[in-house]
Amino acid sequence: MIEPAAGWTAIDLREIWRYSELLYFLTWRDIKVRYKQTVIGAAWAVLQPFLTMVVFSIVFGRLMHVSSGAVPYPVFSFTALLPWTFFSTAISRSGTSLVLSANLISRVYFPRIIVPLAAVLGATVDFAIAFVILLGMLLFYGIVPGIAILALPFLIVLAILTAFGVGFWLSALNVKYRDIAFAIPFLTQFWLFVTPVVYSSSIVPQKWRLLYGLNPLAGVVEGFRWALLGQGSAPSGLIAISLITVIALLATGLVYFHHVENEFADVV
Amino acid sequence: MMGDVAIRVENVGKQYRIGGPSDAYGTLRDAIAGAARTPFHALRHRGSRTCTEEFWALRDVSFDVKQGEVLGIIGRNGAGKSTLLKILSRVTRPSTGRADVCGRIGSLLEVGTGFHPELSGRENIYLNAAILGMKRAEVRRKFDVIAEFADIGPFLDTPVKRYSSGMYMRLAFSIAAHLEPEILIVDEVLAVGDAAFQEKCLGKMRGISQSDGRTILFVSHNMDAIQHLCSRCILLDHGRIAATGDCRATIARYLSIAREQARPDDWIDLSSHAGRSGTGEARFKAVQYRSDRCSVGFQPYSRGPLDIMLAIESNSARSIGSLAVIIADQSGTKLINADTVLRDLSVDLQRGLNLVKLRIREVNLNPGVYRLGLWLADPLRVHFTDRPFDYVESAIEFEIVNVEAGGNGRHPDAVVPCEFDLLPVD
Repeated sequence: MIEPAAGWTAIDLREIWRYSELLYFLTWRDIKVRYKQTVIGAAWAVLQPFLTMVVFSIVFGRLMHVSSGAVPYPVFSFTALLPWTFFSTAISRSGTSLVLSANLISRVYFPRIIVPLAAVLGATVDFAIAFVILLGMLLFYGIVPGIAILALPFLIVLAILTAFGVGFWLSALNVKYRDIAFAIPFLTQFWLFVTPVVYSSSIVPQKWRLLYGLNPLAGVVEGFRWALLGQGSAPSGLIAISLITVIALLATGLVYFHHVENEFADVV
Repeated sequence: MMGDVAIRVENVGKQYRIGGPSDAYGTLRDAIAGAARTPFHALRHRGSRTCTEEFWALRDVSFDVKQGEVLGIIGRNGAGKSTLLKILSRVTRPSTGRADVCGRIGSLLEVGTGFHPELSGRENIYLNAAILGMKRAEVRRKFDVIAEFADIGPFLDTPVKRYSSGMYMRLAFSIAAHLEPEILIVDEVLAVGDAAFQEKCLGKMRGISQSDGRTILFVSHNMDAIQHLCSRCILLDHGRIAATGDCRATIARYLSIAREQARPDDWIDLSSHAGRSGTGEARFKAVQYRSDRCSVGFQPYSRGPLDIMLAIESNSARSIGSLAVIIADQSGTKLINADTVLRDLSVDLQRGLNLVKLRIREVNLNPGVYRLGLWLADPLRVHFTDRPFDYVESAIEFEIVNVEAGGNGRHPDAVVPCEFDLLPVD
């Protein structure tokens, strides 16, 4: 039954599930295609956070003496760069994903949400590759994660969900307002500074911590340090606030996306 | 509920906004550029300035397709064919009306949708099949058949960006043809590819419809393919169904309108028009027609006004006693003859180019396609020489559309004299 779009309707999750194979193939295509015709291929997934870590260690660790607590600055920043790099790549890729799939969207029907989903999932593979490097670094510095490492999957899921939520918003907006594509690099840059990547969240004054927690990445990044480096205590307070933001982002993102997806083929 | 009907389309319309604010991407730059462009735009299309808001790509389209039927959809570019297919394949939503589709739809809107140039043929088979809605197990089962039908042999593991367009097309068609949907939507596949492969595609499609009893909607400009494949045809024109039924008749109709149906508000050059007679001392150089409703693109409509602008070139200054616009139906029967001689009007032509505007206040004609004839003569002289200055029996074809909501706009077939005026040209 095909009818004119009628305002706000329910999201058909079952339908998205029916297209899960397409989600798999689009993710697979993203990964497969990304490093084609590059010389070092998937090594880029490692090189990006690694080189950033080197620069950060020199600038913030050596020159500016930013405190990294008991752990060496390189491993301190790399642990944070891992989820951060994942997040920033995921939102920039998913943000532009719909526009880049314009020829698909204007010709074939499938739940449009598959496209930003696949873009985010594609970034998790880079994350997994870079994670191996982190394990190597832990080994190098002789750091053995404690039992807290069991919380890691939860933190990863939280980062993925945040990327989904932001990705839904950005990709849907970008279809109509191409300004978004230009705003994304700025957004990620800004976001980097409100996330404890180069510094430790312990320098944030207590009275601002509540506000700080609204950034879901703050909880995720601190959680990573806690789970892998045993640094500080479980950032449960931050994460509790983050959860609210994530749920809000996801819910509004889904609703907005669903509301405008009928127009995509006409506008894109 | 729907019996043996596979697709039922009821009053489907699709409206696009063109030129309006929502057409722009909404960036500041576009807004500025838009403001700068608008004055010129308005100058060029004087009068159509108010018509930036809406455009109906499809209007009141209704039809049924039976299970196992192969329906051809024909029409000129921009007639609404692709929009219709997009609605049926759920790519876009209709603005009005509804469509019921019974069964899984596989659509092949343009070849190679979703092919990634960097991926190999093998990888693209899996990817494209997933995009078209095939399950992985299903693809694995049919993989060899698909590859064999595509006939790309040793290139299966080569990136498709290195393929020739023929290979690319064969692979794409092969995947879609093995999709086994209950309803297959095919748009312009046969535009590329060699004759042998086209024959193979046609054979495959025939097989799909006949032996498997599946329904196919087939859009093509290849009338031969349509005639071979389809049991029935729909002719779309300006977003409406202009004809439907037997392929041969519908195609004949298409060919007649495809020849020379000019758009309203465009100057149509007649200087090299072959079907004319006369001395040529004064002759029609160009013609333009329009009505007054921008919502139908200034297309004339039943009982609406019809303005006809004529550019006439004369080799000397003269007064013309008989300037006429003749409207005939498709079979050539004259229905309206708006002749200045009937009203004792004369037209003074200067040497060189002249513009004359003639208005028929109310066109009492049913919606349909008509021919416009033009006549220019001196009523006294034509008696002696038996030749007018210029007579173009069928200068252009134009359509009278139906703008009445609800009713079918059917008038009695009688011909009523039309009031007309000669208007000053500004």
